[in-house]
Amino acid sequence: MGTTVHTVTGAGRTMVLSMGPQHPSTHGVLRIVLELDGETVVKARPDVGYLHTGIEKSCEAKTYSQAITLTDRIDYLAPLSNNLCYCLAVEKLLGLEVPKRAQYIRVLLTELTRIASHLVWLGTHAMDLGALSMFLYTFREREDILKVFELVSGQRMMTSYFRIGGLALEPPAGWLDPVDRFVKIFPSRAQEYEDLLTQNRIWHARTKGVGYLSAEDAIAMGVTGPMLRAAGVAYDVRKAFPYSSYDEFDFDIPTRTESDCYARYLVRVAEMRESLRIVRQAMQKIPAEGPIQTEAPGIVPPQREKMKTEMEALIYHFKIFTEGFAPPPGEVYQTIESPRGELGFYVASDGSPKPWRVKVRAPSFVNLQALNKLVEGRLLADVVACIGTTDIVLGEVDR
Amino acid sequence: MTETLDLDQNSIVAKLRAWDPQAVAEAHSFRGELTIVVPAGHLRRAADFLRTEPGLEFSLLSDITGVDRFPAEPRFELNYHLLSISQRARLRLRVRLPGQNPTAETVTSVWPTADWHEREVFDLFGVRFAGHPDLRRILLPEDWEGYPLRKDFPVEGSR
Repeated sequence: MGTTVHTVTGAGRTMVLSMGPQHPSTHGVLRIVLELDGETVVKARPDVGYLHTGIEKSCEAKTYSQAITLTDRIDYLAPLSNNLCYCLAVEKLLGLEVPKRAQYIRVLLTELTRIASHLVWLGTHAMDLGALSMFLYTFREREDILKVFELVSGQRMMTSYFRIGGLALEPPAGWLDPVDRFVKIFPSRAQEYEDLLTQNRIWHARTKGVGYLSAEDAIAMGVTGPMLRAAGVAYDVRKAFPYSSYDEFDFDIPTRTESDCYARYLVRVAEMRESLRIVRQAMQKIPAEGPIQTEAPGIVPPQREKMKTEMEALIYHFKIFTEGFAPPPGEVYQTIESPRGELGFYVASDGSPKPWRVKVRAPSFVNLQALNKLVEGRLLADVVACIGTTDIVLGEVDR
Repeated sequence: MTETLDLDQNSIVAKLRAWDPQAVAEAHSFRGELTIVVPAGHLRRAADFLRTEPGLEFSLLSDITGVDRFPAEPRFELNYHLLSISQRARLRLRVRLPGQNPTAETVTSVWPTADWHEREVFDLFGVRFAGHPDLRRILLPEDWEGYPLRKDFPVEGSR
């Protein structure tokens, strides 16, 4: 986070404009130092850190279970993806296997998260480019998803629903009914969005050919997720390194080759439909009954009922919530496909009940670095489109 | 616990050793994840080799993670998480740095994405990167004192 405007490369005719950190189209508190020649961008330097809260440092002072609540707050548009990645990392460190029923529920909820996150992206991105009404439609569908989250976890956004070894609690009876309603209505709703935008001439003018990033540049800049897939590289962590039983699901990886803002729009819309396919399959797969937590005394908190009758359960409960549990010394790097790209958690244990180090590989942070490549030589108005298409969440960028 | 690999069994380790016998200081595997420790002086060359060698092609640098092993010495670890899209492989490349004036070679010339990752490690750990084009703090204010992710920096802050 810088306080000064840094050196410029122009030869006397350029001006420097500070865009943000309080600018509506920066989706939070992002500042971009723009060097302009007239209306043409010579150089764009993102200036981040305004939302830095030291989450990685805080994790070192918490037990492994307590740190889950912090992961919600990293990417607040996809809290369940963060929960999942962190829990998978710690489970890998411990060598725990999660019951299938919990795995499928995790898949279903993270795919709903992906749809919800893409809906926020679509609504705000379209709003940035002048299509104000999109926002109202996409937030209508997002609300249906948030209601499902509230039903299972009690929270709309900061869910903390995935826990080490499984889920926080048994989902309530009939929780799949609203999911079913959503699955039935959503294809027509996605069609509505496409009716409004896909053939829209203004939309084409604002996004086609804007923000080009070659596949080579994307890989060199570490860009992942829909941005990489829109450049023609079919890399998706769910397929390349399956986790949480994704290998049992049938879905495609949408790709495009144009690698502009429009291609990224098409990829994300197609991804929402693929996610819906996965949700449908998960609904079929989730057994009506079965454990939602693995058998791991001392790590997974015992059932309330058992604590009333079994002394060991009470002891474990007490120990887990006072001192936590200690994974063996070692380190893991676990990645998942978050709505924004490859999300990674590096967790190192020194054999104590608190993590020695937790590092978040935030896809937004990495993707944002490529912004200059997208906007160089383009018009100032395209900067707004390019920020939107990068789909950043500042909470994740700054952590 | 960490199991030591038979170094010649692993093709990545074997290729690195065949290229330069000095390049691999240690190699171990934990939970199926391979870690190769290279001497700090070999970092940039080894990185370049891993990125370009056919059959390895670690073209994407996913992340650079600093770790402070205080009070152990060498105190700092840098973990480079590499990804090979074509080979569907991951690798953790590690260098160890001393507590006094920790400096590593920059890998921005190998993977341009390292720019911000190295700035973040510099910002939070105080590790310097020789040859980095623009080594400034990235997340914290420019006038911040100290390096928060060091273990001797209190969680509640310095003031």
